[in-house]
Amino acid sequence: MSTLAANATSAAGSGLADVAASEASLRRFLHGLPGVDQVGLEARAATLGTRSIKTSAKAYAIDLAISMIDLTTLEGADTVGKVRALCTKGRNPDPTDQSAPRVAAICVYPDMVATAKAALNGTDIQVASVATAFPAGRASLPVKLADVADAVAAGADEIDMVIDRGAFLSGRYLSVFHEITAVKAACRRPDGTAAHLKVIFETGELQTYDNVRRASWLAMLAGADFIKTSTGKVAVNATPPVTLLMLEAVRDFRQQTGVQIGVKPAGGIKTTKDAMKYLVMVNETLGDDWLSPHWFRFGASSLLNDLLMQRQKLTTGRYSGPDYVTVD
Amino acid sequence: MAKNTKKAEEPVRKSGLFEYAPAPESPAAAGDIATSYGHFIGGEFVDSSGSEALKTVNPATEQVLAEFAQGTEEDVDRAVAAARRAFTDWSALPGSERAKYLFRIARIIQERSRELAVLESIDNGKPIRETRDVDLPLVAAHFFYYAGWADKLDFAGYGSNPRPLGVAGQVIPWNFPLLMLAWKIAPALATGNTVVLKPAETTPLTALRFAEICRQAGLPKGVVNIVTGDGRTGAALTSHPDVNKVAFTGSTPVGRAIAKQLAGTRKKLSLELGGKAANIVFDDAPIDQAVEGIVNGIFFNQGHVCCAGSRLLVQESVQDEVLDALKRRMDTLRVGDPLDKNTDIGAINSAAQLARITELTAAGEAEGAERWSPSCDLPGTGFWFKPTLFTGVSQAHRIAREEIFGPVLSVLTFRTPAEAVEKANNTPYGLSAGVWTEKGSRILWMANQLKAGVVWANTFNKFDPTSPFGGYKESGYGREGGRHGLEAYLDV
Repeated sequence: MSTLAANATSAAGSGLADVAASEASLRRFLHGLPGVDQVGLEARAATLGTRSIKTSAKAYAIDLAISMIDLTTLEGADTVGKVRALCTKGRNPDPTDQSAPRVAAICVYPDMVATAKAALNGTDIQVASVATAFPAGRASLPVKLADVADAVAAGADEIDMVIDRGAFLSGRYLSVFHEITAVKAACRRPDGTAAHLKVIFETGELQTYDNVRRASWLAMLAGADFIKTSTGKVAVNATPPVTLLMLEAVRDFRQQTGVQIGVKPAGGIKTTKDAMKYLVMVNETLGDDWLSPHWFRFGASSLLNDLLMQRQKLTTGRYSGPDYVTVD
Repeated sequence: MAKNTKKAEEPVRKSGLFEYAPAPESPAAAGDIATSYGHFIGGEFVDSSGSEALKTVNPATEQVLAEFAQGTEEDVDRAVAAARRAFTDWSALPGSERAKYLFRIARIIQERSRELAVLESIDNGKPIRETRDVDLPLVAAHFFYYAGWADKLDFAGYGSNPRPLGVAGQVIPWNFPLLMLAWKIAPALATGNTVVLKPAETTPLTALRFAEICRQAGLPKGVVNIVTGDGRTGAALTSHPDVNKVAFTGSTPVGRAIAKQLAGTRKKLSLELGGKAANIVFDDAPIDQAVEGIVNGIFFNQGHVCCAGSRLLVQESVQDEVLDALKRRMDTLRVGDPLDKNTDIGAINSAAQLARITELTAAGEAEGAERWSPSCDLPGTGFWFKPTLFTGVSQAHRIAREEIFGPVLSVLTFRTPAEAVEKANNTPYGLSAGVWTEKGSRILWMANQLKAGVVWANTFNKFDPTSPFGGYKESGYGREGGRHGLEAYLDV
């Protein structure tokens, strides 16, 4: 895993050390990134979406997709019981078929971290928590940092932070940069280890693809371990073109710095067919290096059931129905 | 039902990679292919007057698909006579009536698009992904588009009540058999002409299937006639004294011969010939999309595209970055069975074409250019050529001047926009060009300077029935598509 120190070292080696020295230098760097042609990007994402994944490749992709899921419940109505049920499902997604892989993580609000942590005791399923005044991010920095520290103290393995879209859109990139580095610092635990930091852009609010590329680089420069499309709480969440663009950004970042960053599309990915398209994008853009829960995740709540139903179909040769998978 | 229970197959993970399992389209979807075909004349399938027959093979397997007739002068004569007889009634129909037939043909093409896509893929060797997603939708779109013009010719800008020319003799190539047919037949019929079309000798099957569609649509007999055969049949058609209009798409040498043949006659002629397009990438280009555009520009349809972006002109400052990205992208191209839905690059259309590509690439190496191809396996039978990149190419190399018509890209560099223009225009051809830059003013400036019929900006190989297509210099003359495409079939 990359750490802040590792990032800083390799960034220095790649000539990126002074990029965040001032607002002006950071802006110059981000605006100097290659542009994104909307038509071309969307056409490429659509073409990748036409790959036909069948039989053995499909079986492989379904299991891979299940193992990449951040099984999520982010509702105001969440209860201890609901989170426990979700954790049980994450450990054992298909009670009728023990060969189904477990999910990567359970994603909850900070106040549910301890519950999830206890329920997942004895497994290597991660507990991810959305902190920093999720989903709007409209709180002062001390409040956000307290939110993060709270979740980390409760045992969160991963922190999903939202960036200040207002600051980003008004061009105050340095402020966003400093906020990410501060959150990264707050992810540190007393024993010297740190929770994994996922930075959420809310790409549906960033309006342009150029902004998505800039946000990706900004977060990676500031020490993000993962970059994530969205909160799932707005009208437009993860889309194939946005995800493709972020995949290209992490590819270019590793080429320049040697540091590998993960990618997490979140929100709106509901079907096996959708998930296959994302895996194809990862496969053909980044290759095998990123085809692991370590480097690619799906933020989803309803995707798992569709994957399980498709999995049952491959195993039995017959379609089952929604009553053959569990509802939570 | 335990006996139906099967264990999910072992995930395929060769050398740690996500390998797509084969996803083959069924060859049976192409419908019945007869063992031998005659011509389609006067609304009927008829035998040839001669006894010579040619064979069409599946370039991916080298298996013979069918025999078809080598059209004789007598066959051409019969077809032209049938078209002439049909012309009287067809040209007298109100435009709105002709439109009904064209709309009907367009709808049938859509309904039978899977069948046509598979048949095209088998006969031509191009991947099903392209016939399904590009060729067939465009074929239908051309018929729809020109159907819309049939009753609006008074408003096309050629004066009131423009008249059709008569019988159109059309000769089309093998790279887009059905699409070239649509480009030629749709405007000809919309304007009230009747046609005799000769498909290429390596790809006659979809044209003959189209003849069935004409019958299904109830098109009056003789309005569309298909005569098959090789260049001899084509020459008989273009030189036939009762043909009023000749439309040819193909190689520049053949186009030149037709132009000579027709000089001094009253026949109207349009020629769509070769190309050697420059795809120009500036240092401020959207690099990821430019790489896609370069790939699409030269590897689409195995590079069998007259407007292919076969010369990459890349600004020196981003040469390494672009080439690295391009090679990385080329590594992911999947070459193989055209009927597999995941195939990006299919088979070379014929042994002859493969030989020409092989010869020209050998010349490239001999002249000192550096050759690179991704490490992909090619099938054992059939005609295949790896996607190939040449760096260190100069204007004086043969591979920078001659049309290769295969998946071979020559890379040149430039330092200033003026140098890019100079190199791009320094070719006998002038069919198409591409410009990649985020600077709008430079796109407009370049488009004005480039001597090419089509200039794409931040994209490549985009076709649309509403947009005219055609060349400068040795790429031919006349335009197809759009309102301009009507002119070739009207007496204006």
